[in-house]
Amino acid sequence: MIANYGYKDGSGEYYISIDTDKCISCTAGRACLTACPKLMFETITDDYDDEVTWIKKPNCRTLAYDCADCKPSGGYTSLPCMTACTPGAIKHSW
Amino acid sequence: MFTAGIDMGSRSIKVVLIEELKVDGAPQLKYGVKKSHIMMPGDLDQDVAADKAYDEALAAAGLKREDVKVVFATGAGRKQVSFAAEGITEMTAGAKGANFMYPMARTVVDVGAEEGRGMKTDAEGRAIDFAGNEKCAAGAGSFAEAMSRALQMTLKEFGEASLKSDKSIPMNAQCTVFAESEVVSLIHSSTPKNDIAKAVLDAVASRVCAMVRRVGIEGEVVLIGGMVHNAGFVQSLKTAMGVDSVSLPDMPEYISALGCALIAAERQH
Repeated sequence: MIANYGYKDGSGEYYISIDTDKCISCTAGRACLTACPKLMFETITDDYDDEVTWIKKPNCRTLAYDCADCKPSGGYTSLPCMTACTPGAIKHSW
Repeated sequence: MFTAGIDMGSRSIKVVLIEELKVDGAPQLKYGVKKSHIMMPGDLDQDVAADKAYDEALAAAGLKREDVKVVFATGAGRKQVSFAAEGITEMTAGAKGANFMYPMARTVVDVGAEEGRGMKTDAEGRAIDFAGNEKCAAGAGSFAEAMSRALQMTLKEFGEASLKSDKSIPMNAQCTVFAESEVVSLIHSSTPKNDIAKAVLDAVASRVCAMVRRVGIEGEVVLIGGMVHNAGFVQSLKTAMGVDSVSLPDMPEYISALGCALIAAERQH
């Protein structure tokens, strides 16, 4: 399943997509959980009893601000969450 | 065997009781709806309201609590249903319910009071892709309701008025609060109510459509949730999505509760 967490508002579209099929058999040791400076990622058991990662609810409403520090303007050349997720399950829409 | 699905929405509580069927010669007909029931919780606590809605549904169906094997809950307040064995997300429940009603459905659009979301499902009714809007109420039913109040119309009149307009007035505000200011400005500039109603519903539809486009429009499109009762919104959504037809269930607000009850039944095997 591709789960899109986030929102669209007047300033733009802010979604983080997680391909949970790649998450189930994570080969990166759930590195996303610690790679995110804001600790936005969390492991849950989804409705189909698979262990997957999602974005914590409160962060889903503030992605534009929470992720701002990791964007190029914050000095990063690549996003820590996407770099840590070697199976390539995480994508940002902006 | 009876199972129940409870959809604890932000505006109303929907309960669906289903019964497992054994129909000779029709193995695909596995479940039938025993009773559906809706309750507006008013000022009740959500956990008290869940109990009350469930008891009302059972009484209407002539059943007792012990007759129902398992209860699953979905919706924004699903954690408040203390007697539910499991909580299911709105996406999973909506996809399952829509697939039960329309087996060829692959795109499901759910627009309720608080939130709208788009889902893609597989042939089994599993959600394979979804997008919602966690932040903004401007793509949901409560926004249309607030705007209809500003125009001193009922929601039904609001939807019908929208169908009488052929004008496209863009609403630039992305936020419910600012959009209401825009509606007030349109009222003051003597814009006909029909045109304002259409502008509002076009705006809601465009926000919902943006979410659906994230997951992609594929196969039969089914619209579920309370906004299906608003004919103007349905028309605006069809136009925004660029599709000729959208399947509309008879009782759209119950589809997530139905999906929840179906998942509960399937997990007993």
